Amino acid sequence: MKFIAEINIMPLKALLDPQGKAVTNSMKNIGFENISNVRIGKHITLEIDADEEERAMEQVNDACNKILANPIMEGYDYTIRKVED
Amino acid sequence: MKFGVVVFPGSNCDHDTVYTLREILDQEVVELWHKDTDLQDVDMIILPGGFSYGDYLRSGAIARYSPIMGKVIEFAERGGYVLGICNGFQILCEAGLLPGALLHNQNQKFICKNIYILPDNNEAPVNRLLDKEKPLKIPIAHGEGRYFASPETLSMMRQNNQILFRYCNDSGEISEQYNPNGSVENIAGVCNETKNVFGMMPHPERAADDELGNTDGRLILESLIKIILEKKISYYN
Repeated sequence: MKFIAEINIMPLKALLDPQGKAVTNSMKNIGFENISNVRIGKHITLEIDADEEERAMEQVNDACNKILANPIMEGYDYTIRKVED
Repeated sequence: MKFGVVVFPGSNCDHDTVYTLREILDQEVVELWHKDTDLQDVDMIILPGGFSYGDYLRSGAIARYSPIMGKVIEFAERGGYVLGICNGFQILCEAGLLPGALLHNQNQKFICKNIYILPDNNEAPVNRLLDKEKPLKIPIAHGEGRYFASPETLSMMRQNNQILFRYCNDSGEISEQYNPNGSVENIAGVCNETKNVFGMMPHPERAADDELGNTDGRLILESLIKIILEKKISYYN
């Protein structure tokens, strides 16, 4: 079976996100007075061949922990769905 | 002493590092291609600066899994000496050989200029022979150099003298004002607990040739060579 994972990787809340801060400031300049606290991360999609969803999830976790995210500076979450043949 | 300078796709300070070691410091140097798995009996490995794998995903994240890095990690774990400069520092942090991580500079800019650093202590080969009162002028050139580690990690690092260098001004004053990239506690370089793996954002190899009018970086490399030669041992048995 083939699964698609959609992974969001975000800088940890405790860390300054200079990109997000710069965009937050520009929001004010554009006139979006009610928009604040922009934070910018990464969105990654990938496909996995696995016998069952649980196994596919294990692999996504493993990939996130090994390379896709660095736990010292980032957190991640994801959704996973089966691709219809 | 025989050095190995690792060349990743996207390394761009490899030639400067080889030149400085070979021509200025009169050392034997081999280049180690990232796909190699033979360390060629080198006494020390340098991971040079640059943009390995285009800095994709995070700086150093992909290089960390290249074939040579498996051998570099084994070498370091046996006590072998490894120095990462700039992108090399990022790779060593990603590999877990050094504590902490390097984030985008606080001002979101690529910073290329001379800065000053002060040795924090004289406990590691890389700062053993340096004067703790004398700031060194060394160039930096990076977009992701904001050193970060958790308060718990930092406290352990302070206890073990793992902070090698801090950013300062030309008279050695350390304050936020002289912190070019927002690094926690002005940290410019760190080492591991066993003091055989070193990482620094400033480029000592770019400040070693008399022709360039600044040789402060040479002092750092000379300290390394002298101290390591004093206790030369083999890591290949």
